[in-house]
Amino acid sequence: MIELENVAYSYGGGELLSDISVKLAPGSFHFLTGPSGAGKTTFLKLCYGALLPTAGQVRLFNRDVRSLERDDIAKMRRRVGVVHQDVQFLDHLAVSDNIALPLMVSGRHAHTMAGNDLIELMAWVGLTNRAEALPPELSGGERQRAALARAIIVSPDVVLADEPTGNVDWDMSQRLLTLLVELNKMGKTVLIATHDLSLIRAAKAQVQARVLRISNRRVQLAGADL
Amino acid sequence: MMLKLANLRGLLAGDRQADRVVPPTGFTAQLTLFVSGAMAFLAVFALALSLASGRLADRWGDELTGTATIRIVAPADQHAIQTAAALEVLSTTPGIISARALSDEEQQALLAPWFGQDLPLDTLPVPRLIEIEASAQGFEPTGLRLRLAAEVPGAVLDDHGRWRAPLVSAAQRLRLLGWSVAALIIGAVAAMVTLAANAALAANAQVIAVLRLVGATDSYIANAFVRRFTLRALAGSAVGVVIGLLVVLLLPSAGETPGFLTGLGFQGAGWFVPLLLPLICGAVALFATAYAARRALRTLT
Repeated sequence: MIELENVAYSYGGGELLSDISVKLAPGSFHFLTGPSGAGKTTFLKLCYGALLPTAGQVRLFNRDVRSLERDDIAKMRRRVGVVHQDVQFLDHLAVSDNIALPLMVSGRHAHTMAGNDLIELMAWVGLTNRAEALPPELSGGERQRAALARAIIVSPDVVLADEPTGNVDWDMSQRLLTLLVELNKMGKTVLIATHDLSLIRAAKAQVQARVLRISNRRVQLAGADL
Repeated sequence: MMLKLANLRGLLAGDRQADRVVPPTGFTAQLTLFVSGAMAFLAVFALALSLASGRLADRWGDELTGTATIRIVAPADQHAIQTAAALEVLSTTPGIISARALSDEEQQALLAPWFGQDLPLDTLPVPRLIEIEASAQGFEPTGLRLRLAAEVPGAVLDDHGRWRAPLVSAAQRLRLLGWSVAALIIGAVAAMVTLAANAALAANAQVIAVLRLVGATDSYIANAFVRRFTLRALAGSAVGVVIGLLVVLLLPSAGETPGFLTGLGFQGAGWFVPLLLPLICGAVALFATAYAARRALRTLT
């Protein structure tokens, strides 16, 4: 599904990630952890083609990202739902329109997806009564749930979440985690980048998750200490 | 940047949902509308100038090409003989339809504006004038001059060339100037739209980032901006053209004796030429915005 092979990535100054080989199999659930600045966000960006590796190979759905045209990468992103910690919306559109945005850009207009599905999705993330609100009117937790709904509305194969619980309280983080676990049970591949070890422990009680840790520019499989 | 045919079709078809992804208002919207309108308004006058100059050049050319004058400058007792000889030469010159000597009354009428009605022509050394009407093909002036020099020593041929050439040339240059100004105005519209589109793209960086994140292709994003700027340029220039045409209609007319300034305007099919301006402005805005958008999007991941 997503495969990194001997990948390295450098930002002008120096190498941030080095010799990374990771394979996200279909239906798997991964956590990516590590200290701030270790390269978790960079790793995620490599996984959806927002960054190209400076060495090694990244394959998205069996295609080398280097061989993809810009539009191919854009279309590939419709199969990868992304949730950022500092999630951004189109502030002039209502929450429901923002959630339906991936449908619009993929040519599947919101009305072709049964309106009921959108309503169900909004109910699933607990935003039914916020459908007509504008994004700036949402709380941190509501924004994260709206971002999650937007990420999965086109039923992507993979969901990547970058610190999805960074701006929310414990209860909301548990709720978001539950949503992500439910998605995984529906067969979606899930990768969550977080430095919140308690979230990982909570997830392990619900799902079989592998934990990847970025340390010294490399990714290692974390042990049972988590 | 080449606008692909499929993209162009999608662009013209429009997409109400896609149009909504770009925030609807902004300074650039008013700027584009206003400048397109102002430029189209000016372009109407540039076109009016150009078309009027063209008509003037044609009229001067037509009026002066078909006529010529011969002056018989000779002692009074030679006037009649040399006039008859000149008319004889003219009657056998190819390309001349008719030639006739002006009567005393006609010559007096010509001089009246300067010397008054009571000018005693017979006491003044006024040359005799012969008016020539040439065929459409015209006559060969050099050959005629040589024949006149040989057979009518007092005859001086004036084929109006020295008057016609600079006037026609000036009118043609004015016409060229009018078209050049119109072209410059269209170029300015392109530059302005490119700047406005760049500003809009920069101001909507977050919108673009979100769209890229959710899988929007470059053409989808670009089209959302292109449609908007094209419609603004189209609407603005349409208003500018309508106002421009109304002002041209209200320009003073000299009635039966149109001059250059009073003849500034459109005639016949010429009225349709300014109507092309909104289409041209729209097309220019389309390509300028597409160019700006593609260039800006290439720098984004």
